[in-house]
Amino acid sequence: MGKISRRSFIKGSLAAAGALSVSAAPLPASAKGIGPGELATMLDIGKCIGCGACVEACRDSNEHKFPEPDKPFPKMYPPRVKTADWSEQRDVDDRLTPYNWLFIQYADVEIDGEQTTLTVPRRCMHCTNPPCADLCPFGAARKLKNGITRIHPDICLGGAKCKMVCPWDIPERQTGVGPYLQVLPNFAGNGVMFKCDRCYDLIEQGNLPACIEACPEDVQTIGPRDEIIAAAYARAKEINGYVYGDKENGGTNTIYVSPVPFDVLNEALDKGPGMPHMAPVPDSMANADTLAKAMILAPIAGLAAGFIKFTGGGKPSNPSNKKES
Amino acid sequence: MEKTVARSSAAPSKAMVRLYIAVTAVLAFTGFGQMPIFKRYYLADIPGLGWSANFYATHAIHYLGASLLFFLMAYHITGYFLAGRHSYSLTKSGWARVIFLAGLTVTGIFRVLKNMPDIVFSPNFTMFIDFAHLGFAMLFLFSCLGFLIFRTGWLKEVTHN
Ligand code: HEM
Ligand code: SF4
Ligand code: SF4
Ligand code: SF4
Repeated sequence: MGKISRRSFIKGSLAAAGALSVSAAPLPASAKGIGPGELATMLDIGKCIGCGACVEACRDSNEHKFPEPDKPFPKMYPPRVKTADWSEQRDVDDRLTPYNWLFIQYADVEIDGEQTTLTVPRRCMHCTNPPCADLCPFGAARKLKNGITRIHPDICLGGAKCKMVCPWDIPERQTGVGPYLQVLPNFAGNGVMFKCDRCYDLIEQGNLPACIEACPEDVQTIGPRDEIIAAAYARAKEINGYVYGDKENGGTNTIYVSPVPFDVLNEALDKGPGMPHMAPVPDSMANADTLAKAMILAPIAGLAAGFIKFTGGGKPSNPSNKKES
Repeated sequence: MEKTVARSSAAPSKAMVRLYIAVTAVLAFTGFGQMPIFKRYYLADIPGLGWSANFYATHAIHYLGASLLFFLMAYHITGYFLAGRHSYSLTKSGWARVIFLAGLTVTGIFRVLKNMPDIVFSPNFTMFIDFAHLGFAMLFLFSCLGFLIFRTGWLKEVTHN
């Protein structure tokens, strides 16, 4: 299959998966509107003109999901615990915030001896094995079967563990909202973490994410992961470009294609709080995967050791089985 | 009359009991370290405990602790069936702890499975597992505390008449 246009995504993938209508079948919510397997997006950086239509579309389309915090915030102990309040700065659109899940990142680079500014739409990468969801102690951050990672605002306590384990520090906290207010607001929790949910609700209905729909340049393409990856490499070959996101953090569902190498791009990007890097990222969960496989050996070893010991495979240790009768 | 026993050939040795306590303590510590509280409550500020705020570190140690626990469990279950069954049985408090520990183990295994790259559970199942694991951890720790106070052992001798 060649490139997938945004129209053919709807007509092709969704229809092919037999899930073309919203409420055709009582499918589980996480599987609604998708084919088997995960959906990924490709972002063709060279096509982006930095107009910001996607950023605006994201804000408009997701406004109903944005936090409306109660103020004043409950006092938190110990006092060094900091609040994060973006509710008075909802207009900020040049970084990630709880009210801005997508922003345009700038990089001045040289292509063929010519100085240009690349504009890169940045948001959550939707990792295939997301540490934010794996390590969330409460199941608030979750991975859906269609490749979306989403943080549920009614469960998240705002401890920001997801941000700390995310290689790109993506989720952003807003204090003063969420279930922590009902539990022990002074001693545990600190709000809710927010980030791109890849418009899970629109996808469920068979629609495109708002940012993809709004882009005048068709920068983004969405489709089954293997097709998107093939398309990304084909595109990279075509423009002599480079791919980011297919292997990062063990694989993501957000694949960037760039006309310049990513180390050059990463060097040139404005980075900082709310402005993620584009450096190589090893698989955060690789260690855990190895330890989990090793875990299988432990009970087998225990069984063997017990067998040797208690069948007197060695010397009879004690006058055993002294029955009281 | 129930007579609780400290040790004997089939019952765990003192060294084994100590190892078991150490492993569960490590699991409890690193388990609670999975929640973002060690930094907030200054634990990670104690010299030498800085690592306790590193989620990847506590996670790896929790996995290693779980492996050790699996080893001990398999060892003692084997021992129970091969040598101890006729001489000893579990006390009521022993049964309670075994059940909580089994709950922890089962939910823990699902927790580990969820973290594997190719396994995706439904969000509700994941949440259930998370809270069940936490619930069993609380039950287990409180029961250990209670049984520590009332000094009830795990095993009692079986009296054949
Ligand atoms: C005495 C035994 C144990 C205690 C006290 C304990 C305690 C805890 C606690 C309090 C948490 C964080 C809270 C939560 O998940 O909601 C946790 C997380 C976890 N525990 Fe345990 N646990 C024990 C045994 C086990 C065992 C046997 C396993 C594995 C087979 C295990 C695997 C896990 C995993 C995977 C997590 C979540 C870490 C993550 O993936 O984010 N635990 N444990
Ligand atoms: S709408 Fe398209 S072209 Fe405009 S900034 Fe977003 S991705 Fe770039
Ligand atoms: S980029 Fe970060 S927040 Fe997004 S899925 Fe990956 S780990 Fe989670
Ligand atoms: S997919 Fe949806 S939530 Fe994510 S950046 Fe695009 S519009 Fe925003």
